[in-house]
Amino acid sequence: MAAVLDITPENAWLALWRRLREDRVGAVSLGIVVAYLAMIVFAAAGLLARGWSEEVGVPYANPAFVGERPNFEAQLAQRAREKRGAAVDLTDVDPLAPKYGEWQKRTAELKTTERERSTTLPWGGDRWGRDVLAKAIKGSQVSIAVGVVAALCATLIGTILGAFAGFYGRWVNDFLEWVYNVFTSIPSILLIFSLAAVLRSGAFADLFASGIWTVVIILSVTGWTGMYRLVRAEFMKHRSREYVLAAQAIGASAASRMFVHILPNVSHVILVQLSLLVVAFIKVEVILSFLGLGVPVDMVSWGTMLSEAQTELVIGKWWQLAAATVFMAVFLTAFSMLTDSLRDALDPKLR
Amino acid sequence: MVPTLAGVVLLVFFLFKFFGGDPAQILAGQVASQEQIDAIRRELGLDRPWHVQLGIFLREILTFDFGKSWMTREQVSSIFLTRLPATLTITIPILLLEVALALPIAMLVAYNRGTLLDRTVMAVCVAAMSISFLVYIIVGQYIFAFQLGWFPVQGWSDDFWRNLFTYAPLPIVLAALVGLAPQTRLYRSFFLDETKNDYVRTARAKGLSEPAILRKHVLRNAMVPVLTNVSLLIPGVFVGSFLLEIFFSIPGLGREIYLAVNRSDYPVIQAVTIYLSVLTMLINLAADVLYTYVDPRIQLR
Repeated sequence: MAAVLDITPENAWLALWRRLREDRVGAVSLGIVVAYLAMIVFAAAGLLARGWSEEVGVPYANPAFVGERPNFEAQLAQRAREKRGAAVDLTDVDPLAPKYGEWQKRTAELKTTERERSTTLPWGGDRWGRDVLAKAIKGSQVSIAVGVVAALCATLIGTILGAFAGFYGRWVNDFLEWVYNVFTSIPSILLIFSLAAVLRSGAFADLFASGIWTVVIILSVTGWTGMYRLVRAEFMKHRSREYVLAAQAIGASAASRMFVHILPNVSHVILVQLSLLVVAFIKVEVILSFLGLGVPVDMVSWGTMLSEAQTELVIGKWWQLAAATVFMAVFLTAFSMLTDSLRDALDPKLR
Repeated sequence: MVPTLAGVVLLVFFLFKFFGGDPAQILAGQVASQEQIDAIRRELGLDRPWHVQLGIFLREILTFDFGKSWMTREQVSSIFLTRLPATLTITIPILLLEVALALPIAMLVAYNRGTLLDRTVMAVCVAAMSISFLVYIIVGQYIFAFQLGWFPVQGWSDDFWRNLFTYAPLPIVLAALVGLAPQTRLYRSFFLDETKNDYVRTARAKGLSEPAILRKHVLRNAMVPVLTNVSLLIPGVFVGSFLLEIFFSIPGLGREIYLAVNRSDYPVIQAVTIYLSVLTMLINLAADVLYTYVDPRIQLR
């Protein structure tokens, strides 16, 4: 009898890790996601794709695997550069003529170097001759970072509000339900557009002008509602369970019961919803950046790559489109599969 | 519903009031004298206290008179009336096509659950959902309009039938195909949830064939969540097609509000947001009433 009682329950997170490894699809997906995360960390640290904005190739340089193919756009650019000879002399009519000397002196101080531009790049070049592969890596960093940070923010909002509504009930619940109803009755795309309009022309426009925070705010303010609903339902279920009542009996405060006792027991629900949010937010970020409402112009994301790719495709330059699509599709597929495996691994009914 | 509506109005009002830019500044443009700005302020009532402004805002909503667009000087109400038909011409066929295609496919995979067919379709759905909608539109427009020339690249006319059969088919087909993957996955899960029920076991026990169970018993019961889902999709009918409208130059409501965001045209954004929220609430109410017809067990309190 004693032997039976001696069995200590397996650590929940270790059990999750074990089940995830046993699931072949889950393990492969996890591997891909970890590889992406490593790539992002390297890109953020400047070890990878640091020179994504440098013009290392001729305009629309061919991908290396395509090889030499006539590149009319690059020839045109080359011809234009050669033609740029002596300008027409306007000294007698130009009101700025007295300044010519000063400008010439300033020009002499600056040194311009024409760097060697290669005609092929590993995955081709864009309109300015930037390396598409480097752009795709840097774009992955921005898009995934925006998705993850926004999902974390939305999770934070949803979890805290849901915990309060579910734990306290009564007027707190009524009030938060009202807020929830207000946010969900506005079609999400209109809420996104309204926030975008306000944030780009409003009082805080300068504050958020540079950086990814506009997108993060838009996504988290519109995306917390689903998380709120789930967490609220879980807290309502848990607040009168024995272990919570026992905690109350030994004098645990409300905050301690909510976040020390109940929260770890509902964290699996939050984790799955968080992964779903990441996928959804990345898709929205790509569309917002495509529309010019997302990341600023001096950054690259999958969305800005796709917006350039639209015009490139018409003249037969398909590689930027392919790069953005492949990088995005592989990550999102792996992440969605991982979420499915995670849900199965965490489902107590399937144990 | 009334408190929620009040909340929506308050949210939109305060969002634009406190976080938005100064309307007078936006209207007057970059080079305006202080007198001009003050004049606009008086005209819009911006020099009054905020509760008076809220009153003005409420009156605008109730009288359907949001004035003119700041940038194009077009009446906001006329923007609604002239842009909505184009949007509905493409969104309603999309919705019908999606549901009509997803239901049989979902039933087929639910019937073959666990088999290779089921797993293949589900894997294809996940992969298809991982590619951005933008890519489908860009590539679809390039292949079917630029390369093959089956459809016009973009455009719109004043004639409804010409729009529906010349300009709308490509966007409709693209959107319906993209919407198919998530819908199929969802409907499959609805069917599978139902097959766990006791009545299915009873039907099997009395020797009913599997297709007959699906058609006669499961389908009717699964219609409740399907209907919920369709009612959630209906509000998207009004602006959900904004990407298609931008790509295919369709003068619809979604494209209009996107342009309004770029022009900081607040009245248009506010009006569209509020009226479409009201419409969403009404549709949800209608869906609740409809449930009682689909499932007599559900009673409205």
